[in-house]
Amino acid sequence: MLDISDLSVSYGTIRAVRGISFTVGKGELVSLLGANGAGKSSTIKCIAGALKASGGSITLEGRDITAASPEQVVRAGLATVPETRDVFPDLTVAENLMLGAYIHRRDQAGNRENLDRLHTLFPRLAERSHQPAGTLSGGEQQMLVIARALMSRPTVLLLDEPSLGLAPAIVERIFEMIETLKKSGLTILLVEQNVNQALAVADRAYVMRLGAIVTSGTADEIRATSDLSAHYLGG
Amino acid sequence: MAFAIQFTIDVLSLGGAYALMALGLVIVYGILRLVNFAYGELIMVAGYTMFLASGSGLPWIIMALLAVVMAIVFGILTDYVAFRPVRAKSVTAVLITSFAFSNLLQNAALLFISPRPRNVPLPEIFSQTVTIGGAITPVRNLITIAASIVLLAAVAFLMRKTTLGIAMRAAATNFTMARMLGVPANLIISSAFALSGFLAGVVGILWIGRIGTVVPGVGLEPLLVAFIATVIGGMRSLPGAVVGGFLLALIDTTLNYTLSQDLLKFRDAFTFSLVILILLWRPQGLIKGPASGQRT
Ligand SMILES: Nc1ncnc2c1ncn2[C@@H]1O[C@H](COP(=O)(O)OP(=O)(O)OP(=O)(O)O)[C@@H](O)[C@H]1O
Ligand SMILES: [Mg+2]
Repeated sequence: MLDISDLSVSYGTIRAVRGISFTVGKGELVSLLGANGAGKSSTIKCIAGALKASGGSITLEGRDITAASPEQVVRAGLATVPETRDVFPDLTVAENLMLGAYIHRRDQAGNRENLDRLHTLFPRLAERSHQPAGTLSGGEQQMLVIARALMSRPTVLLLDEPSLGLAPAIVERIFEMIETLKKSGLTILLVEQNVNQALAVADRAYVMRLGAIVTSGTADEIRATSDLSAHYLGG
Repeated sequence: MAFAIQFTIDVLSLGGAYALMALGLVIVYGILRLVNFAYGELIMVAGYTMFLASGSGLPWIIMALLAVVMAIVFGILTDYVAFRPVRAKSVTAVLITSFAFSNLLQNAALLFISPRPRNVPLPEIFSQTVTIGGAITPVRNLITIAASIVLLAAVAFLMRKTTLGIAMRAAATNFTMARMLGVPANLIISSAFALSGFLAGVVGILWIGRIGTVVPGVGLEPLLVAFIATVIGGMRSLPGAVVGGFLLALIDTTLNYTLSQDLLKFRDAFTFSLVILILLWRPQGLIKGPASGQRT
C-alpha cells in the first residue's frame, strides 16, 4: 500500500531522516516509534508532501508520490494528522470539517453521509458544530483534526502523536477510536511516544533512532525487545 | 445639522474608499504575509484603461467594467510575474520583485502614454450634487458609499459563506495545513490576487472620479492609505482593514474641517502623529488577526 524506500529528509545541513525504508500493507496498522528528535514527524511530513525528500522514494498503491505536493497527496488518498494539531481556530467546527472534504466538494450527499458517520463516532463535534475550533479543548481539537482528515475519505491515514498532551482518559478514547478505524479497513501509520498503547493496537512497528530505523517487527516482537526503553531514554 | 450630515457623508465616502483599498491589500497580505507594493498600480491600470477606452464610444458602464477586468488581470499578473517565481525563496526577493513590477508598470505608463495627466471619462452623475438636509453633497460621494456597502457585504459573504472564501481564510491561518486537505495553493493565491485586483479596480474608478484625471503615480497615495489603514486596523485581519480605513478617514476629515488654512498643508503630519499614537497604544493594530501560521 505505502512503500517507503531509502527515504532521506534534511533541514539544510541537519539530516533528520537518513535513508529509512518501511512498508505499510493494506488494512494494516503500523506504528513508528522513537525518542524525541528521532525523525518521526519529519518522515510523516515528507510523506504528506509538506517537506521535500532529499533522497529515496515514496510509493502509494504503486504510484510514485515522492515529489507530489500536499494537495496531490491527499487526492491520491493519503490523509495526514500532523502533531501540531492544526485546527483552523477562527473557523467553526463545521467549517473545519467542510474543508476536510474539499476534494469531494461536488459530492454534497456523500459528504453529508460521511459527516453523519463521523458525528456518531465523535458526538462532541456534533454538539460543538457552530463553535470556533480555537475554543475547543485539546482533546476535542484532536478529535476534530482526525475527523477532518477522515472527511477526505482516505485509504491511508497518517497520525502523528494523537495522544500528545492529553489526559489519560482522553488518550484511552483516542486509542479506542483508532481501533474502530482499523476495523473499518483503513490503513494507518501511527507515530507515538505512548509505546505500550501504540503496540497494543499496532500489527507491526518500526523503531527510529537518530534518523534511522533500528528495530522492526510485529508488535509482540517489539514489546519483547528488552532494550526498547534504552532507545527512548538514550535518544 | 447640515454640518453634521455633510461631515458624516464625507467620512463615510472617504472611509468606504479607504476601506476597500485596505481590504485589497490585506487579502493578499493575510495569505502570503507579503505586502504587494504593486497594488497602487492596479488602480493606475484601471485609470488608464478608462482613458484608453474613452475614444471607443462604448457606454461608460462598459468602460468601467473593462477597467475592473484589467485591474483583475494585472492583479493575477502580479502574482505570476513578481510573486510566483520567487515566492518560495525569500521575503526580500519578493519585496524587490513587487517594487520592480510597480516601477515597470509606472514607467510603461510614462513611456507609452504620457507623464502628464490624462482625462478619464466620467458620467454626468459624477459631477452632480444633491442637497440632503441642507448639505450640498456630490452624488459621487453617495455612489462611493453605496458601492462600498455593496462590496464590503459581497466580500463578507464570499469569505464567510463560500467554500473558496472559507478555504482562503483557512490558508491565511495555516497554509500548509490547508494544502494537506487538498486546497490548491495556486488557486488560493490567484484568487487572492484577483480579489485584490477587483477591489483596486472599483476603488480606482471611484478614486480617479474625484480628480477626473490619471497620472502614472496615481497609485502611490492609495497604496499608502491602504498600508496605514491596515497597520492601524491590524495587518492580518479583514475586519481590521475596514475599521482602519474608516478610522483613517475620520481622522483625515476631522483634520480637514478643524485645521486652519496654514496648517492644512501639514495635515499628513498630524495624521501620522495620530497613527503613531494609536500604534503606541496598540502595536498589533486595533483588531487582532487570526492565530498566526507559517509564512509560505
Ligand atoms: N524545521 C526544522 N529546522 C531544522 N531542524 C529541524 C526542523 N524540524 C525538525 N528538525 C530536526 O530534525 C530532527 C528530527 O525532528 P522530528 O520532528 O522529525 O522528530 P520527532 O521524532 O518527530 O520528535 P518528537 O517525538 O519530539 O516529535 C530533530 O533533530 C529536529 O531538531
Ligand atoms: Mg514529532
